[in-house]
Amino acid sequence: MAQKPMLPELLKAHGVSRRGFLKYCASLTSLMALPPMLAPKVAHALENAPRPSVIWLSFQECTGCTEAITRSSAPTIEDLIFNAISLDYHHTLQAASGHAAEAAREAAMKDHWGEYLLIVDGSIPVDNPEYSCIAGISNLDMLKETAEGAAAIVAVGTCAAFGGIPHAFPNPTGAQAVGDIITDKPIINVPGCPPIPIVMTSVLAHFLTFGLPELDDLGRPKAFFGETIHDRCYRRPFYDKGLFAEAFDDEGAREGWCLYKLGCKGPTTRSVCATVKWNDGTSFPIQSGHPCLGCTEPDFWDNGGFYKPLSAPAGNYRQLGLAAAAGGVALGVAGGALSKATKSRAAKAHETVDAHDLEKKS
Amino acid sequence: MTNNQYFDLLMWARTTGFDIALTIMVGGILLRVIEIVVLGRKKDFAKAKGSPVTQGIKTIFSRSVPRKGTMKEAPVTYIGGYIFHIGFFVAFLFLGAHIALIKDLIGLSWPDFNKAVIETAVALAIVAAAALAYTRFTDPVRRRLTGWSDWFVLIVSVLPLITGYIAVNKVFGVDGTLWMAIHILSAELLMVSFPFTKLMHAVTFAMARYYNGSIQGRKGAES
Ligand code: SF4
Ligand code: SF4
Repeated sequence: MAQKPMLPELLKAHGVSRRGFLKYCASLTSLMALPPMLAPKVAHALENAPRPSVIWLSFQECTGCTEAITRSSAPTIEDLIFNAISLDYHHTLQAASGHAAEAAREAAMKDHWGEYLLIVDGSIPVDNPEYSCIAGISNLDMLKETAEGAAAIVAVGTCAAFGGIPHAFPNPTGAQAVGDIITDKPIINVPGCPPIPIVMTSVLAHFLTFGLPELDDLGRPKAFFGETIHDRCYRRPFYDKGLFAEAFDDEGAREGWCLYKLGCKGPTTRSVCATVKWNDGTSFPIQSGHPCLGCTEPDFWDNGGFYKPLSAPAGNYRQLGLAAAAGGVALGVAGGALSKATKSRAAKAHETVDAHDLEKKS
Repeated sequence: MTNNQYFDLLMWARTTGFDIALTIMVGGILLRVIEIVVLGRKKDFAKAKGSPVTQGIKTIFSRSVPRKGTMKEAPVTYIGGYIFHIGFFVAFLFLGAHIALIKDLIGLSWPDFNKAVIETAVALAIVAAAALAYTRFTDPVRRRLTGWSDWFVLIVSVLPLITGYIAVNKVFGVDGTLWMAIHILSAELLMVSFPFTKLMHAVTFAMARYYNGSIQGRKGAES
């Protein structure tokens, strides 16, 4: 493996000043929810990082995650940081293909057994592994084989983290998440469709400098998935005032009111889109007028429809309601008739008594 | 399976749970109302004087105003009753999320209230319900008249208010998704119990008042 230049040289070559780099480290530090005084440590660690070997496997995916991280806006400090690692295998980015590429992966695995970082994007077809193969090796086999020698795994994107779109109903390939298959390695889930590039690089930076970040129940770094979009949304005051856009072209939409009624999943979605934003902090979906789809949550594709408000029922209530109405009416008529019959039977059975009868009986 | 169990619960509440609750509520209400209507009344052969129908309809509304002296006899029932009902319906009918639900169900919608107004209404309704429960418990007569299903109804109708408040404000830092699910489930419990408890008064009150009013509006003997 050829010796790649260290980060400081790369920065210089791309005209990034040391000041710019330190500023970037400071924002990374705050993004990772670390105390600001650790910023120099982050900078130092990144500059002198041992450049761990990284193997990136892509399974059932759309390459959007790779596109997002490599093309955010060139050249970002993010992709320079990306150069601080030694990406030994990434079949979308590398020139070699087929068996030659697999040879590179095997070599990297052998050289760095037990130390390399495995990044996965895409889900794994488990029902029939032949649905997705690389150089004749099924995704399932490749994942198991490569995971065995990994120090840790980063599941990038919702497909790798939770199954994502391939896992959506009816899940024809039996797609599963990395965490469903590999259970004996530390796994960091960085969901998103795609994840925000700086979130991906920050997680990598955290791993390089301080090891595994603190994770939530779904294996996501708490620093980026601790709060919901709704918690930090700039449209929140409109939500609180009861001002909602009811259609994409109505007055409310033009005024920038809350998108809850257009199906916004912000209240149940944990991500930093509302604060970190996309494309170097330019904007995020809600800012450009579209409700949050909830892409960092498991099964976001099947959670009742993108444009259905979170409070609206998402089942078959219409048909069931009609059946219930018909059933209710029928039962009501039957019940009423029954009580009427009982009543008239009671009336018929009612014996009239007069004073003489009473005297006789007593 | 990597899954967000809270979200799964929320989805169950929005799909299967809601379907079951709506089916039972709609079916149950129709069953009970039709049963009453089918039972009918005996044919009245004597021509009535007065106007039973007008009086019946009038009574449906006039009984919403308490009779004189109630304020003195049972002030908590009087004021607390009003506050609870108004607070409940303000929250139910004017919160944006509820309007979105109603629009999805029947296609009608109207302007939303400010969150501050809704939350004040909710807080007042909860306090009122607590006061009503307290007098019901301390007054020996009313306590004897109260069965377990009445206590159940009282709790079931306050629960959506409490759970909704917790879900929206994430009180004590609870998980918003989980509490949204709990809130919807609590409303579904209310829907399911509606036709089979005294909650049914929200529908039958009109029939009962009409019946009473029409008797009083009628002048003359009944055959
Ligand atoms: S637009 Fe979405 S995230 Fe923002 S306040 Fe409205 S519901 Fe919440
Ligand atoms: S706003 Fe929502 S749907 Fe869009 S990227 Fe962020 S989490 Fe995903």
